Amino acid sequence: MNVIQILFWFLSALALVSALMVLLSKNPVHSVLWLVGVFFAISGHYILLNAQFIAIVNLIVYAGAIMVLFLFVIMLMNLNKDTEPQKNIWMKLAGAISAGCFLMILVSLIKQAPELQAKTAMMKEGDIGLIGNLGKALFSTYVVPFEISSILFLSAMVGAVVIGKKD
Amino acid sequence: MLLSIDWILFLEKLILIAIVIFASLGIALYTTFAERKVAAVLQDRPGPNRAGPFGLFQPFADGLKLIMKEEIIPNTSNKVLFILGPFLAMTAALMTSAVIPWSSDVHLFGRVIPLQIADVNIGILYIFAVVSLGVYGIMIGGWASNNKFSLMAALRGASQAISYELAMGLSLIALLMTTGTLQLGEIVKQQMQPGHWWNIVYQPLGFLIFIICAFAECNRTPFDLPEAENELNFGYHQEYSSMKLGFYSFSEYVNMFISSVVMATLYFGGYDVPFLNESLLSPNVAAIVGVIALLIKVVIFIFIFMWVRWTIPRFRYDQLMNLGWKSLVPLALANMLITGALILWLGK
Repeated sequence: MNVIQILFWFLSALALVSALMVLLSKNPVHSVLWLVGVFFAISGHYILLNAQFIAIVNLIVYAGAIMVLFLFVIMLMNLNKDTEPQKNIWMKLAGAISAGCFLMILVSLIKQAPELQAKTAMMKEGDIGLIGNLGKALFSTYVVPFEISSILFLSAMVGAVVIGKKD
Repeated sequence: MLLSIDWILFLEKLILIAIVIFASLGIALYTTFAERKVAAVLQDRPGPNRAGPFGLFQPFADGLKLIMKEEIIPNTSNKVLFILGPFLAMTAALMTSAVIPWSSDVHLFGRVIPLQIADVNIGILYIFAVVSLGVYGIMIGGWASNNKFSLMAALRGASQAISYELAMGLSLIALLMTTGTLQLGEIVKQQMQPGHWWNIVYQPLGFLIFIICAFAECNRTPFDLPEAENELNFGYHQEYSSMKLGFYSFSEYVNMFISSVVMATLYFGGYDVPFLNESLLSPNVAAIVGVIALLIKVVIFIFIFMWVRWTIPRFRYDQLMNLGWKSLVPLALANMLITGALILWLGK
């Protein structure tokens, strides 16, 4: 086991435990904080793959902005343990079984995908994730999808303003 | 070999981290003292002058007082999060220093030691990410206190930080267009080159926007709305006592120090000494001169922070939001467009 493997297993364990705690904790504020932990672990994985830009953007956008808005909503609506809706045991069981089936299908699909057969992740190598190379790729090879997605964001923003506008 | 680590490099970085953290804390300690002295000078009174010569031991007396105070955790609060709040605020404040270049390389025992903990590819974005995480300390502390005033203050603080991050990011984009790199070490080296001015010459408007946003991000007057005593009692740390309160107020001073360093690095040449060709000096002397130059710039910025605090009254909340969204964001956008057009026109 070298350092990278140790880090990989540590981050994977951290991500899984935090993700479980998101679901298991009764208090919504705790769930949000565990979710921030998941984002940190995933950013760690990105850094192991030498994708520094996406690692840090993941933190800025998800941990730094979106989760803060989640916290805002939870704190302003004063959600806590008592307001958490209690589902009955059959609902929980049905949910667990269907989610388990979905997980099984997903894993078997990924294991059998011909694109992924006999491929290993490049640790610490590969420089497409560095910001200069990524920017050049986005604005040359992938410029059309990139610009289209920016239109998507613009329309989402306009939509939010229209909904939020008082009339 | 189980772990193949370059142990000397590891040790080197560990020592550097320890020095940076203790230096940040020490400077923050004396910033509290300087704040009281500057306030005293501006208000024409002597200020703290009892503990030691010129009152120089005052910060230690303050620290001792905070540690000795009774630790009160409100009965209704969420205990874990209540303790986590100040911890997060302090961690986020100290983490920023990891990518700052403190000076040029030092040559010691036949090794070249860079005085920067990590010269990562994404330097500025890293600072940005840590700053955006600093909100959690305020929000969690304010919410876990289970006090309406604290919650109001925390929400104010968070929305203020989010609003001003936007203008800050836009002003940074204009700077990045002129430098062409995000690595802080590289940005300083560019400014040190002969025939190249400091970035403030190329980005005066960008710097103005950046410093205003830095004031807002540090929750300093005139933007200290999360601590507006006359409308919120005491602000988001109302229920805190003892050293947890100390951590909150201390992290504000660490933030002030770090943002001064960032401004000096990005816009005022970092460890560059004006009109001096550092390459003529021996490397170690150049490094020491560089650290001193950077610290002098930082002290000037910290003084400006205090000068503004004791001169300008606090904004109202709607004024704050108007300034952020309706003045600074359009200005920053215009600055970005003008910078882009000029770069295109001059073909730089």
